[in-house]
Amino acid sequence: MEIFNHNSNFNFLGLRKFSIGLAVLLMIGAIALIMTRGFNYGQDFLGGVAVQVEYKTPADPGEVRAALENGHLENPLVQAVGGSREFTIRLQPKGDVAAAGNLSNDEAATKVANDIMAALKASRPDVTMKSKSFVGPQVGEELRSDGIVAVIFVIVGIMGYLWIRFEKRFAIAALATEIHDVLVTLGIFALTQREFDLTVLASVLAVVGYSINDKVVVFDRVRELFRSSRNATPEEVLNRSINSTLSRTIITSLFTGITMAALYFIGGPVVHGFAITMLIGILVGTLSSIFVASPILLWLGVSKQDLMPRSKEDPELERRP
Amino acid sequence: MSDFPRWKYALVVIVLLFGILYALPNAFTPQPAVQISGNRGAAVDAALKSKVESLLAAAKVPASSVELDEKGTRLLARFGSVDAQAKASDALRTDLGDSYTVALNLASTVPPWLRAINANSMPLGLDLQGGVHFLMEVDQNAVIDAQETRYADDIRALLRDKNISYDAVNRNARGKGVSVVLRSEADRQQAATVIGADYPDLVVNDGANTGNRFILNATVKPDKLRELAQSTITQNVTTLRQRVNALGVSEPLIQQQGANQIIVELAGVQDTAEAKKIIGATATLEYRAGLYTPQQAVDAARSGSVPPDAKLYYGRDGRPYLLSKKVIAKGDELTSAISGRDQQNGTPNVSVTLNSAGARKMQEFTNDNVGKPMAVLYITRTVETKTVDGKEVKTPKITEEVINYANISSPFGRQFSTNGLPSDAEASELALLLRGGSLAAPVDIVGESVIGPSLGADNIDKGFKAVMLGLGLVLVAAAIYYKLFGLVADIALFFNLVLLVAVMSLIGVTLTMPGIAGIVLTLGMAIDANVLICERIREELRNGSSPLAAIRTGYDKAWATILDANVTHLLAALGLMTMGSGPIKGFGVTLFIGILTSMFTSVTVTHAITALIHGGRKLKTLSV
Repeated sequence: MEIFNHNSNFNFLGLRKFSIGLAVLLMIGAIALIMTRGFNYGQDFLGGVAVQVEYKTPADPGEVRAALENGHLENPLVQAVGGSREFTIRLQPKGDVAAAGNLSNDEAATKVANDIMAALKASRPDVTMKSKSFVGPQVGEELRSDGIVAVIFVIVGIMGYLWIRFEKRFAIAALATEIHDVLVTLGIFALTQREFDLTVLASVLAVVGYSINDKVVVFDRVRELFRSSRNATPEEVLNRSINSTLSRTIITSLFTGITMAALYFIGGPVVHGFAITMLIGILVGTLSSIFVASPILLWLGVSKQDLMPRSKEDPELERRP
Repeated sequence: MSDFPRWKYALVVIVLLFGILYALPNAFTPQPAVQISGNRGAAVDAALKSKVESLLAAAKVPASSVELDEKGTRLLARFGSVDAQAKASDALRTDLGDSYTVALNLASTVPPWLRAINANSMPLGLDLQGGVHFLMEVDQNAVIDAQETRYADDIRALLRDKNISYDAVNRNARGKGVSVVLRSEADRQQAATVIGADYPDLVVNDGANTGNRFILNATVKPDKLRELAQSTITQNVTTLRQRVNALGVSEPLIQQQGANQIIVELAGVQDTAEAKKIIGATATLEYRAGLYTPQQAVDAARSGSVPPDAKLYYGRDGRPYLLSKKVIAKGDELTSAISGRDQQNGTPNVSVTLNSAGARKMQEFTNDNVGKPMAVLYITRTVETKTVDGKEVKTPKITEEVINYANISSPFGRQFSTNGLPSDAEASELALLLRGGSLAAPVDIVGESVIGPSLGADNIDKGFKAVMLGLGLVLVAAAIYYKLFGLVADIALFFNLVLLVAVMSLIGVTLTMPGIAGIVLTLGMAIDANVLICERIREELRNGSSPLAAIRTGYDKAWATILDANVTHLLAALGLMTMGSGPIKGFGVTLFIGILTSMFTSVTVTHAITALIHGGRKLKTLSV
């Protein structure tokens, strides 16, 4: 079975002004969204208030969550503690509490705890509060600096590898599309205001891995075709590379997408953010492998000479005409 | 077939067998259990075992088995259900009292022959098993305060020793060191020389001089401060580890995170109050003079009439001691304790270093009391939180016990050692208690979360289903799209899962929900190598190659691409791995191992199978 016409010869490079223009617009839009709306950071980043409650008769987490949402408390984290009567509820101080701004942690905890209890009592009066505390963010300065170091390490590592195995223009093109993919993925998060937590951060970084993998496959074909073709123009070579890897690019993203969709639909709320981010990232990464990476290569001016295997020639020979 | 050597077949078979063997333990689900460990030397033996059994029978929750663990330090009672486990732990906790710690646990059901070859199931993270997670922050200001105050004391003592007259030795603002006010330029120079000579970690600078006030500033070198901060954290981690051991949790995680944070994760523990009580406890030490004879102490304990100048304490073994009411030195005056062996007679000992204030007091006391006993008293203060009428009531509970009682052989001061300890183990335990007795710097619990076991089971269930559904869909899709080659890829993909689980189990990666997400993602991406190979083979066939040549060229050409793509992907995974925090790290580790195993299974394993199917036959077409 073959879905894609193997003789396809779509002129992707002919669209380059349009596709790059769109990519740049998307990036600018993403930056604007991130600057103006920001992210809806989760408790991993911001901390929150933890309240432990006890019911007289068994209840289930779904019921508790519903009661909180009826009380207009957003994104509560409800967990059963050691049985079916005790629950821990974690919530981020928002709205009225955040507006007050300069409340101390204790005051904020009390206020949020009162809101929680009011919401719970409204649906089941047999609930009592056992304890409350303010929980600090899990992502400290440390993770932030570690994260920056890790990202720089990854960028330098990948660029170095591509530089050695391919050529510096490939490294630059990969980096540029990488930045595009991450920005657009983050932009969608800023747009939809989905909660941004640690698993989402992990998957944004995994998107980098997926997308670089995807680009390298196309680049690999570009190198191969440049070396084997005698007098094709760079544009022709790039077009042929995209076309001949097109079916693998799409099949792989479909297969990976299938697993992530499975994770999204039945993996439960803990991995929701992860799966949806991966799905967005796979889509963005696949499109940029097809439409964005190669035009950048063309603009950077890749040529056949740059890609020929460097044989150790006698320097004397080279100097001769 | 000639182009697939025999040794590679052997390699594939060996690796696959290894994978199956080491992935196998994960098929055995752990059983709810209650773990009983002795506090402070309380015996865990056959007598306790029968006592536990009868208690459980009385509470009508008989265990499926009660057994001593390999080290003989814990008793493990296994139960059929989580409910029985909870009931049993409640019953045991009330009946066994303070001498034993009763903790919930999950007992492994992996057969002994597998454990003998070091094949264990993956430890499950908090989100899969339930438990508590604490994020603690060490108060670095307190560390600096303590160090600078200590240096101020030491400088004062040093100047007095060397007969250099001074007006004052005071701490500057935090982090700015100590300022010494002297009376003349000559004194200042002399002081600078002796301080510089005795404390190489201090930088000495001349400050302002007004009239007859000559100021000398001594600041701690930044390197030294950093080193001190690090050793404070290390010491706190040690202390916490020791306390957590008292909880008897099976896989406690206590680790430093960043410059000043400590993570404590107790999988399987459900009672935060209990956990907090123990890890947040403040313990301290006191050196006190021993009074009266052992016989008088026993009499006093029996009659209850204690002499007015003494107080009655008990040792860890329950023996009574009469100690002076006056404290000679306290734990916060102790700077280090190291266990070792006495140079003269070779017996185990613990050498202790006190700060100058403690040293002075110790010297005064020991000068006058050679040959008399001195005791080390270990005091722990824990806070029990109970809810009474909807309000939290905190009641502090103080436990005091004598951990060492020995005669003073000669006067000593700053450094001294406690000799004649019965064993090396005892010596190192005492050193640990002395060192770990009090936290080096106060820690605040900045984050706390509890995850219920039911939620964990739910997560495992969902994670398992997601892995299976994801795997199933990809298997079907690959088989439909690439026919026979798809089926071969499917076998490889399945073995990739087995191998990934085997490697993760072998190196003991804690499985968490993001880890499961990593597994699912790895499965999705692992098929990429086969997609590349199959597409290449199709291309070669279209270009008119013979089937066998198409396979060979397909594998050859795809391999270069697979390598480049996977090396860059590995670099990205490595980046994730090096990031400090839990979910990201766990995910990165899974991804990293997954890329490596998938490179093996999707290239070598599929090639072996393909060679086996197509080898030595004349083929007209390929099913790809």
